[in-house]
Amino acid sequence: MTEQPMVRFDNVSKRYGALTVLDGLNLEIAHGEKVSIIGPSGSGKTTVLRMLMTLETINDGVIWVEGQPLTHMERNGKLVPADLAHIRKIRAKIGMVFQSFNLFPHMTAMQNCIEAPITVLGMKRADAEARAADLLDMVGLSEKKDHYPSQLSGGQQQRVAIARACAMRPKIMLFDEVTSALDPELVGEVLEVIRKLGREHDLTMLMVTHQMGFAKEFSDRVCFFHAGKICEQGPPNELFGAPKNERTRQFLHAVLEAG
Amino acid sequence: MIWDWAFAFEILPVLARAAIVSIEATLIGFALAASLGLVLAVVRIAVPWTGWTISVLVELIRSTPLLIQIFFLYFVFPKFGVVLDAFTAGVLAIGIHYAAYCSEVYRAGFDNIHRGQWEASIALNLSSWTTFRDIIIPQAIPPIVPALGNYLVALFKETPLLSAIAVLELMQTAKIIGSETFRYTEPTTLVGLFFLAMSLVSAALIRSLERLLNRRTMR
Amino acid sequence: MGIRTLVTLLVVALGVIAVLATQEAYSLFMPGLLQGAVLTVEIAVLGSLLAIVMGVLAALARMYGPAPLRWLATVYVEIFRGTSALVQLFWLFFVLPQFGVTLNAFLVAVLALGLNVGAYGSEVVRGAIQSVARGQWEASTALNMSRPQMLRRIILPQAFVAMIPPWGNLLIELLKSTALVSLITLSDLAFKAQQMNQNTFKTIPIFTLVLLMYLAMSLVLTIGMRLLERRASLGLARGRAA
Ligand SMILES: Nc1ncnc2c1ncn2[C@@H]1O[C@H](COP(=O)(O)OP(=O)(O)O)[C@@H](O)[C@H]1O
Ligand SMILES: [Mg+2]
Repeated sequence: MTEQPMVRFDNVSKRYGALTVLDGLNLEIAHGEKVSIIGPSGSGKTTVLRMLMTLETINDGVIWVEGQPLTHMERNGKLVPADLAHIRKIRAKIGMVFQSFNLFPHMTAMQNCIEAPITVLGMKRADAEARAADLLDMVGLSEKKDHYPSQLSGGQQQRVAIARACAMRPKIMLFDEVTSALDPELVGEVLEVIRKLGREHDLTMLMVTHQMGFAKEFSDRVCFFHAGKICEQGPPNELFGAPKNERTRQFLHAVLEAG
Repeated sequence: MIWDWAFAFEILPVLARAAIVSIEATLIGFALAASLGLVLAVVRIAVPWTGWTISVLVELIRSTPLLIQIFFLYFVFPKFGVVLDAFTAGVLAIGIHYAAYCSEVYRAGFDNIHRGQWEASIALNLSSWTTFRDIIIPQAIPPIVPALGNYLVALFKETPLLSAIAVLELMQTAKIIGSETFRYTEPTTLVGLFFLAMSLVSAALIRSLERLLNRRTMR
Repeated sequence: MGIRTLVTLLVVALGVIAVLATQEAYSLFMPGLLQGAVLTVEIAVLGSLLAIVMGVLAALARMYGPAPLRWLATVYVEIFRGTSALVQLFWLFFVLPQFGVTLNAFLVAVLALGLNVGAYGSEVVRGAIQSVARGQWEASTALNMSRPQMLRRIILPQAFVAMIPPWGNLLIELLKSTALVSLITLSDLAFKAQQMNQNTFKTIPIFTLVLLMYLAMSLVLTIGMRLLERRASLGLARGRAA
């Protein structure tokens, strides 16, 4: 049996009223693959991640995860829109880290990391705490475990958010511009955690980023989005080194120009 | 029979006349509340040392029941030789009660005016009165109109309290009809429906007013 | 007004009541008024509990309930917000018996006030839930929580803090509205006041005492809500200044 792709967008479209944000998107991501999405603001990058996280419904097409439909389910041999129970079953394989962290402000770092494992996975408190302690250690925040989000810097908050997402043991992790809300000197510590995650965990990663250097060094593949479509994609040294598409060239030129 | 249509139609004209009294009480009471409230809010800014006194006064009025205040005014004035008829005493009490609420609304409106507006007016050498009338009030009032509108509706819904001192407004009229005919269902329900209709209409009006104001300030 | 000022005001109010109670002209009325005040507090407390329960239930039903429940909750809120509290009180007291349901006056008082304030409360609850940042919902979804789990563990604890001040105002309104029950034969503080006034015509001493008593009760409630707010926001704001 040939291995199923981890994620497959099959002709997926997303519209807001008259505005078509994504137009017939086709994208496959292999098991363990690290894919970066780059492109100008408003090109639909965030929307791709949000659809996969089921934060947005889709208007056309099907999203598949490990060969199973996410947005749909099979009934009498036909695909019908998924119900919540089905979505929750498949969604369990996916985790997401947000640009604005979205930590729970009324919970400590530790509580943020054990909340869903206990309530959703039904883990015992002690087990959840042991797992969370390991993850907080991995992101270098063991000694901050009893701090509330408001007592942490942006970089620290984002690292807790990464640990929190990992605590659910997802197979796919989504990162939406996770360093964009950070002061420049804090970007490095978060990227370092993502690198480590890529090395030490068996994760498929899909990230939207403006850190071209990081995308080039870290990802297996880079997709350039423009106006709701993948304009060009390929291995990072090809896409950054010798972009074929005029739009890609313009975009990279503009980004490099800005420094 | 639980609901008698013929009886309901029979009492409708009487209730309609009473509704006019309720509406009169509302309009006069609110005019009093809106102007007295504005005076309180302005005095507070113009004469800073009154701030604490006005705060305590507002707190006293808002912390005690309107019904007691109505009784108080109605029964206390004669002690000083001033005999007020029930309508006047009741409307006065309602007006004073809601003036306390309105003054806080105005205060919030004034607080929202950027300090730069005062400073610019001083730089232009406008007198404080001119500043107030031409610069501050025109900016402060429109945003708070919906909040004042909500108090107008709230005040309207408290006019049935006037029945406690036998003002012939809607509730009192319904009660009289009830005690004379031993039928409370129709008069009380009709009064309720009247309030419901008025409230829904005013809520819609306030909402569109809010939209209008939002659009104006967006420009 | 700061909590210090409120406490000062409360102490002053209680002090004045105590001093007046030793005066011959006033002491006569104290026992009866206190009796009335006890009933007022009973109705206010039970009414408040009902209001809070109804407020939360109606808000959740309107936001997340199935269509019939949503519809029912909307009708409840519109009717009880749209008609006057006194009309509701009279309706339950005089009209409901015509439908074969006769409740005693005390129960009618608690029901009418609780349902009335609960209708306003549902808007407060709804507003507070909607004020929780969208990112909190999204993060909970990304962690695969169910709707009830999100509400219970993430959203409501945060909404709770935002709800306290407006609920404080509503419960004050409820406390003040208890005076209306004097009009359906209950011997609360307002009833006692009016009764004694009719019997003795000592309007000024009686109403002075009564106003001070209501003031004291309101202040206790306001101060209590302020303390609750302070405690609740501690969890959210911890170290924000740090
Ligand atoms: N909730 C929404 N309603 C309407 N338009 C939206 C909404 N969310 C996103 N959009 C539009 O969809 C387009 C793509 O948005 P997004 O995926 O956030 O872009 P990117 O992340 O690439 O900057 C933008 O034009 C944006 O304005
Ligand atoms: Mg984006």
